[in-house]
Amino acid sequence: MKLNINGRDMEVADAVGERKLINFLRDDLDLTGAKNACDIGACGACTILVDDAPSKICIKRVKDIAGHRVLTIEGMAAPDGILHPLQQAFVELGAIQCGFCTPGMILVAHAFLLREPNATREQIRKAINGNLCRCTGYQQIIDAIEQAAVHYRSPKAQETPVARAASPALQP
Amino acid sequence: MEGQSLNTAIPKGWRNDAHAKAAGRAKYTDDLKFARLLHAAPVYSEFVHARILGISTEDAAKSPGVVSVLTARDVPGSNSFGQIIRDYRIFADDKIRFNGDVVAMVVAETRDLAIRAAALVRVEAEVLPAVLDPEEALKPGSILVHESHGSNLVNTHRVRRGDVDKGFRQADFVIEENFRTQSIEHAYMEPEVAVSVPRQDGVIEVYGSMQHPFSTRRFVAACLGVPLSSIEIVGTPMGGGFGGKDDTAAIVCARTALAASLLGRPVKLMYRRDWSIRESYKRHPYRVTYKMGVTQGGLITAVQCRILADGGAYCSVTPWVTWRSTVQCCGPYVVENVHCDTFGVYTNNVVAGAMRGFGSPQMNFVVEQMVEVAAARVGISGIEFRRRNMVRQGSVTITGQKLDTHKVAMSEVLDAVLREADYEKKLARCSHGRSDGDELYGIGLAMSYRGVSLGAEGVDFCAAVINVQPDGSILLEVGVHENGQGAESAMSLLAAAELGVHIGRIRYRRASTSTVPDSGTTVASRGTIMGGGAVTVAATELKQKMAEVVCERLQCTAQEVRFENDLLLGYGARSITFDESIRLMFQAQRFPYVCGVFKAPRTSWDEHSGKGDAYFTWVYGCQAAELTVNKKTGKVRLLSATAAHDVGRAVNPEMVRGQIFGGMAMAVGYALHEEVRSKDGRITTLNLNMYRIPRSTDLPEMKAIIVENPDPQSPSGAKALGEPTTEILAPAIANAVFHATGRREFALPIKLSAVPEELSEEDCRL
Repeated sequence: MKLNINGRDMEVADAVGERKLINFLRDDLDLTGAKNACDIGACGACTILVDDAPSKICIKRVKDIAGHRVLTIEGMAAPDGILHPLQQAFVELGAIQCGFCTPGMILVAHAFLLREPNATREQIRKAINGNLCRCTGYQQIIDAIEQAAVHYRSPKAQETPVARAASPALQP
Repeated sequence: MEGQSLNTAIPKGWRNDAHAKAAGRAKYTDDLKFARLLHAAPVYSEFVHARILGISTEDAAKSPGVVSVLTARDVPGSNSFGQIIRDYRIFADDKIRFNGDVVAMVVAETRDLAIRAAALVRVEAEVLPAVLDPEEALKPGSILVHESHGSNLVNTHRVRRGDVDKGFRQADFVIEENFRTQSIEHAYMEPEVAVSVPRQDGVIEVYGSMQHPFSTRRFVAACLGVPLSSIEIVGTPMGGGFGGKDDTAAIVCARTALAASLLGRPVKLMYRRDWSIRESYKRHPYRVTYKMGVTQGGLITAVQCRILADGGAYCSVTPWVTWRSTVQCCGPYVVENVHCDTFGVYTNNVVAGAMRGFGSPQMNFVVEQMVEVAAARVGISGIEFRRRNMVRQGSVTITGQKLDTHKVAMSEVLDAVLREADYEKKLARCSHGRSDGDELYGIGLAMSYRGVSLGAEGVDFCAAVINVQPDGSILLEVGVHENGQGAESAMSLLAAAELGVHIGRIRYRRASTSTVPDSGTTVASRGTIMGGGAVTVAATELKQKMAEVVCERLQCTAQEVRFENDLLLGYGARSITFDESIRLMFQAQRFPYVCGVFKAPRTSWDEHSGKGDAYFTWVYGCQAAELTVNKKTGKVRLLSATAAHDVGRAVNPEMVRGQIFGGMAMAVGYALHEEVRSKDGRITTLNLNMYRIPRSTDLPEMKAIIVENPDPQSPSGAKALGEPTTEILAPAIANAVFHATGRREFALPIKLSAVPEELSEEDCRL
């Protein structure tokens, strides 16, 4: 079974396909940015992107990502550790408190801004509505996404995640 | 404050942990990897109240991958614990007192195998009738939750001030209402989790999601029957606490430590959400009867109230929670005649304990509606009524405390909200049950004062260690815990400001109970004031030590040395770099190492009369909510929320704003959405699909106004923020709903059915 995670191709035995995806990423690949907080797809803390679309992986199997392109939070920053402009905006605007929802929130926002770089605040609010946060009241998260949207309006933005994802630095 | 300007050079929103959290590199407890790790799963029973006759673990023990099944019998030290009454059990032994009691724990090679085997443990028990209503629990002859306790009464508190009978006689109006609030789940995003690791020197290291490392260590050590020095609680990033990772979190740690100690391997216990909701303590449901006397002139003459708190099956911190409710039972108002009786009660419901607010959200829901009811009766606005009765500089509280040690900023925060929300203009536009379209419009506000930190019922002190390394880099460690709120960052910023150094010089050391003195708990919004106090004291002591070594070179006295921009400045243009001064200290064999301690100023309390200087300082807050109610569906839509809080000094303004927004969001849940529902003592809202915390689309745009009046008794000037932000939006929403619909809501959460077109006279009465 062929997988592509953060730009890196890998092959796993077919039997692995039946494993819970979140356990595979967290336990086998040590990609622990995706959190398991409800185990039923209710909170969004486990969100990753599959072909640029958000996916709640606590209710998915490894086989569900076979042949697809996966981006986890570990694939967002540059190999040298420089944060993606969206991540940087989360840091600067106080959008992070306990940080448990942050990876899922950033990935959902990333997928959304790739599609809707000109989104209004109200659209941003709707876009993150499937991801729960208990600390922030979402206000500064929305501020951060709104600020980062500027980056997604430049032509460079579309290539960035691909270029980043292709880097071999984030090996499982 | 000396060196404060340096903070302006710090990037907006600076946190020492933000980069790792944004990058997904932050390792929370469940993210840590350990060789030969075992996994545990708790075993619950079907019972709500039952006498345990036997627990059979044989089938579970034989199940694949199972290493051990532990019960109360395996606890070498104390199986019972509690911060006030030691009535809680690591494993239920004599009885099951609520449906979340854990009777055993399975330890296996994988988590799935542990969970599978947990279902094979059988509990034989004699079912006892359950007492689920706190009023029933207080009646003579009620079923007892703890027979040895003699009754179901956990505690009482009281306030006796003046003469209420006289006060009611002086009143032109007497208003009496009954209020109810619901059980609330903290719903921290990270469920309880702990890993205990046996170290080769005999110490058990505990990594876990808890906001209470020192009391966790006490419980773990007592459970194992070992000295405190044999347990080390290691600070680990934590996915939210909100007061909820205290007792239950400590038990989770103790259970893993027990297993690790017995089995000689690292053991992890990672809670599923349903276990977390089933077992962890909640915010107390309250029933309050409140009677208020007011004059035609709009002055409160008397308050009589009875507060009943359902503490659930174990004591936890019910006496402390209800004490705050008692001390603050009249809100921020001067009342000469007060008679308050408060009862904390045992039932067979889920345990209630500390939750952000700690007894104030319930009382503010009551008081901030009562003042509006009274104002309407008198015929003046709620704002005017508040102004006539609220505490001002030098006012005396209902427990006899004179508010003269700090700036009483009640009117300042009220005015700020009125201005920012354009409140009085919008108030005139409220629908009061009548509108042309489907939407009814309302705005409402509420305000509070809040005693800071533990107050007279706790021992309140905190330590900070500053350890400057030979190259001038600084290790900082403080006895407060990073719950996600940014405590480490606030401590680092204060240290940098006080020492006049760049923030990059400061490394917050990974917290450990083995390296910093026991400084109590990071609760009661005490992190910044107590930790910040300790940091400021430590930095002051360090500067003194450094100044003594370098003052001669700077041609001034030690007292005259100034610390700015990584320099020590003396007479004229003389200066020496921070690094060089540290080099000189080591050369002089004077270690740049200090342990600073901040002890809270004196507080007092007399339990019998309910009098005393309950808290050493107070904070002031006001919040407003604007909303519409759909006439046909009763659906409430929030349009805006505005808050102003006096925080003393805002150490990290972006984080201050974040606390305010987060606190308001939690209050929206309290007001409109959240309720832990049970059937016959068994919780039914066991996951985040059933228990509904606010989503982004449930919340309006929010505004946060930071008011700063540095507190003379706080070494850093900072006061508190975490809890005041979440204690007043529910009554503000209730008041807004009233202004929209013309009907008052006396129970939480507010559930509106369709609003009738015509209001009855009875409805208009309020």
